[in-house]
Amino acid sequence: MSTVVATPPAPGAPLTKKALTADHPTWCPGCGDFAVLASFYKVLEKLNYPQEKIVTFAGIGCSSRFPYFVNTHGGHYIHGRSLPFAAGISLGRDDLHVFVFGGDGDGFSIGGNHLVHTARKNPRLTYVIMDNSVYGLTKKQTSPTSPIGFKSKTDPWGAFDQPINPMRTLLNSGATFVARSHATQVNHMVDMMLRAANHDGFSVVEILSECVEFFEGAFDGANPRKGGAWQTIDLKKNDGTPEDAARHDPTDEIAAFKLASESWPGKFGVFYENKTRPTKNALEQKLIANTREKTKNASDLELLSKTFARMR
Amino acid sequence: MVSPTTPGPLDASQRLSGETPSIPDVVIRLAGNSQDGIQAIGGFLARLAGRSDQEVMTYMTIPSTISGGPSIFQVRMGSGEILSSGDRADVLVAFYQHSYESHRTSLRPGGVLLYDSDHVKPDPDDKTVTAVGVPMTSATVEAVGGSVKEKGKNIYVLGLIARMFDLDIPKLTQLIKERFGGKNEDIVRNALLAFDAGYAYPAENLRYRLEKAAPPAAGSPPQVTTDGNTALAYGLIAAGVRHGAAYPITPWSSIMETLRVELPKYGGIFVQCEDEIAAISTALGFSYGGNLAITGSSGPGLSLKMEALGWATMAEMPLIVVNIQRGGPSTGMPTNIEQSDLLQAIYGSHGDCPRVVLAPQTVEDCFYTAIEACRIARQFSTPVIILSDQALATRIEAFPEPALAKLMIEGKPDLSPREATFKPYPLDQLQRHAPPGSVMGSGKYPTVTGLEHDELGHPTASPALHMKMTAKRRDKIKAVADNYAAPEVFGDESGDALLIGWGCTYGPIREALGRLRGAGVKAGHLQIRHVHPLDHGLEQIFARYKKIIVVEINDQGLYGYGQLATLLRARYANPAISSITKTDGLTYKVSEIFERVAQQLELADTTFGMRKQSILAIPARS
Repeated sequence: MSTVVATPPAPGAPLTKKALTADHPTWCPGCGDFAVLASFYKVLEKLNYPQEKIVTFAGIGCSSRFPYFVNTHGGHYIHGRSLPFAAGISLGRDDLHVFVFGGDGDGFSIGGNHLVHTARKNPRLTYVIMDNSVYGLTKKQTSPTSPIGFKSKTDPWGAFDQPINPMRTLLNSGATFVARSHATQVNHMVDMMLRAANHDGFSVVEILSECVEFFEGAFDGANPRKGGAWQTIDLKKNDGTPEDAARHDPTDEIAAFKLASESWPGKFGVFYENKTRPTKNALEQKLIANTREKTKNASDLELLSKTFARMR
Repeated sequence: MVSPTTPGPLDASQRLSGETPSIPDVVIRLAGNSQDGIQAIGGFLARLAGRSDQEVMTYMTIPSTISGGPSIFQVRMGSGEILSSGDRADVLVAFYQHSYESHRTSLRPGGVLLYDSDHVKPDPDDKTVTAVGVPMTSATVEAVGGSVKEKGKNIYVLGLIARMFDLDIPKLTQLIKERFGGKNEDIVRNALLAFDAGYAYPAENLRYRLEKAAPPAAGSPPQVTTDGNTALAYGLIAAGVRHGAAYPITPWSSIMETLRVELPKYGGIFVQCEDEIAAISTALGFSYGGNLAITGSSGPGLSLKMEALGWATMAEMPLIVVNIQRGGPSTGMPTNIEQSDLLQAIYGSHGDCPRVVLAPQTVEDCFYTAIEACRIARQFSTPVIILSDQALATRIEAFPEPALAKLMIEGKPDLSPREATFKPYPLDQLQRHAPPGSVMGSGKYPTVTGLEHDELGHPTASPALHMKMTAKRRDKIKAVADNYAAPEVFGDESGDALLIGWGCTYGPIREALGRLRGAGVKAGHLQIRHVHPLDHGLEQIFARYKKIIVVEINDQGLYGYGQLATLLRARYANPAISSITKTDGLTYKVSEIFERVAQQLELADTTFGMRKQSILAIPARS
C-alpha cells in the first residue's frame, strides 16, 4: 500500500485546488459530477476556511463518493442518513463548516423524511443534491425524480409514478435556503454553493447533474449548447427602479412556490432564503446559556453532587 | 437477606400483652390505578428506607394505556440485604375491587389486607388473612376538605402504613415537604393533612416495628435512592457524555427526558430526532465531532439502528447505545420485562460486526456500567451496547452514594495535531478517531467510511485486506476482555451447581442461592455483566461444578436453550450447561428459581426455606 506523505501547507496559507484534491474520482467519463467537484474546489478556495475545520460528508450513491475526492475531514455514511449525521457534527461542533453531498435517491427517497426534519431543525450546514434522475450506482433503476415515461430496469415500459418536484419539496420542507443549478454552468454552481455556504442555517442546492451512462441528455432542456433554455432567476435589488418590481424576492415563499411550479425546465438560482429563522445551533446554545445562568455556572462535579444529594 | 428458615406465626400472647412485634423486613404491594399516585407512596417508602440506611427494593408495573388502567407498586424494605422485591406480599393495599380480585393471591397467608372500604368488598369467608377496611377515599376527602376530591388518597395511605410499621415520622414528613415544596403551600398543607389523618386512623391497632439496620460504618457514604434509568443517565454524565440523540419509546424514554433536561446544565445537547435511525445517526455525528455520544431505545428501536451500528463498527466510531429491553417481538409487551434482545445486541447487524455488550445487574450497577461502557468506547473507538431492562429501569433501590469526585471524567474532543504517520485504520494498533479540527501532519485528511478500506481509509475490494481488516476489528473487541477484572463467584467455589444470570435476575438468583445452600446444595452464583466479549476464566470456573444452570427471562428457542445459555454452550461446548427460561413478562420470583433448580438437581423438597406464611401473621380471628 502506498504511504505517500504530502507536505502539509504552511499554516494560514490560502487553500488551493492542489491542497484540496484527494483520490481521483471513480465517476464515469462525462459524468456531471466532475463539474460539481471542480466548482466545490473553487468555492472552498474562495471561502478559505482553515482546512482542518471543513467537513465533507455523504451518504450512498455515485455522487456520495464525493468525500473521497476532497482533502478535508469527511465521511462516507449509510444510504439516506447523512443529514441527521451531519446535524450531529454541526450541533456538537459549531466551529466546523459542514458540507453534505448526495443524490436524488439519498435525498428524496430513502432520506426523504430526514430532509424534512433537518429543515425543521435548521442546523447550520450546506446540502448539495446532485440530481441525475436515475439510480446510477445500481445501474439504471427508476429514481424519485425520474420523469414519467423514463424507461429503466424497474420500469422497462416507462415509469408511471409521479416524480418529485425537488424545488417544491425543498420549499415545503422549510429549508431556510433553497437554490437550483445545473452541472454545465460552473460559474452559476459556484455562486449558488457560495451563497449556500454563507447562509446561516440549513441551505440546500439542487444541481442537475447528468448521468451519461444511464440517462443521457436528461437535462438538455436547460442546456443552451444542446438547444435548451437556460433561464436564471433575477433577484430583487430593492433599488426602486420599475424593472425591479418584476424581479424575484427570495424571502417571498409564495413567489418561490410559483417559480417552483413552472413547467420543465423552469428557472435556476435562489428560490428562497429566510435570514430571520434562528438556527438550532443558536437555539441550543441559548438554552445552554440560560440554563448555566440558572445554575450559576456550577462546575460539573458540583451539579452532579447536588443531584445525588437530592436522592438521599 | 431473608433467613432460610421459615419464621413461624407471631405469638398471640405477645400481641395481647401489647408489645409491638419486631420484623426483619416487609413486602407491601400497593394495587390501584395509574392515576392514584401509588408510585408516589412506593417512592416515599423507598426513599425513607434509603435515609434510614435500610435496604429497599421496589417493583412496579405501569400500564401501557394512555391514562388509567391497573397499576401496582411493590416495595420491600428491611434491615438485611434485600435482593428481590419479594415473591409474595405481607401487606396488600387494595384501592378498588379489581385491585383486590387481581392481587389477593399475591398476599401470603397471615398477611394483612388493607382495603378501601368505599370501593372494595372482600370475600367475607376469607379467614387466612387479616382484612382491615379503611374508608380511604371518604376519609381523605374529609381530611383535606374543599374541592380537591380524593386527591391525596395516596398520602393518606402512606399515613396508615407509617403508623402500622412505626416509620420515622419526621423523616417522612420532611420527604413530603421536599416533594411538594416546589408547588404552592396549599398542596404541602393538604398532603400533610391527608398524611396525619391516615396516621391517626387506628386500623385495628396493627403495629409492627422493622428491626433497626446496623448503623453504617463511620465515614461511609450516605444512601441514595433512585431507579435504574436515572442511575444510568447520571452514570453517563459522570463519564463525561454531553451529547446524545434519541426517539421516544417505552421504557427507554425516561433516560432521554432526563438527559434532555440535564445536559444543557453541563453545556451539552440532547436532540429528539424524527426516528430511531436519525437518532443513532445524529449521535454518531456528535461522536465523529469528538464528543462521545449516546443514543438509546428499546427492542424494536434497536433493530432500526442496526444498519448504522454496522457502520460504526466498520468506521470504528465510539458510541454508547442503551437498550432497555421489553417484551417482544414487535410491539410485544411494551411495559413488561423480558431479556430477549441479547442475541440481537451481540449479533444484530449485517456482516461480521463484533461489538461490546454490557449488562448491568442492579440499579446501582446501571450507574457504574455506564461509566465502564464510556471507558471502553473511548479506549477502543467502538460502539458499546448497554443492555438494561424494564425491571432495572423502573424499580427503585437504595445504594451508597458514588464517590463522584473520583469518578467524574472530562470528555472533551481530542483536537491535537496528528503526526504525519497517522493512519485512521492501522492494522497493527489501536487508533482513536481524529475528529475534524485536528490538523493532519501529513496534509492528508481522513475520510471515515463504511466501505471496506485500507489503513488510510481508501475504499478497497481487496480480499486480502478485507480478511485482515475483519480480523483486526474482531481482535480489537476480543482485547476488550483483557481489561476486565476477574469474574466473581458468590457462594461455593465448586460443587453441584453454578447459577448463571445476567441483568435484572441478579437479586432473585442470589436469594434462591441462599435457600439452595440452606438445603445442603453446594452451589455458587455468577452474574455475567460482560456478555460480549465474555470474561476470561469462565471455562475454568464452569469446570468446578457438576451443572451450570443459566437463568434468564426469554424463550428456550428452537433448540431448548435461552439466549445466554445458547451463547455459553456455543462458546464453551460444555454439555453441563443447562437453561431455565420463562416469558411471562415478570421478574423471577425466588421460589420459581429455587424450584426449577431443585428439579434440575432432583432435590426431594423443592419448597425448602420458603416463607409460606407472612411474618405479620396473627391468629385468625373467629
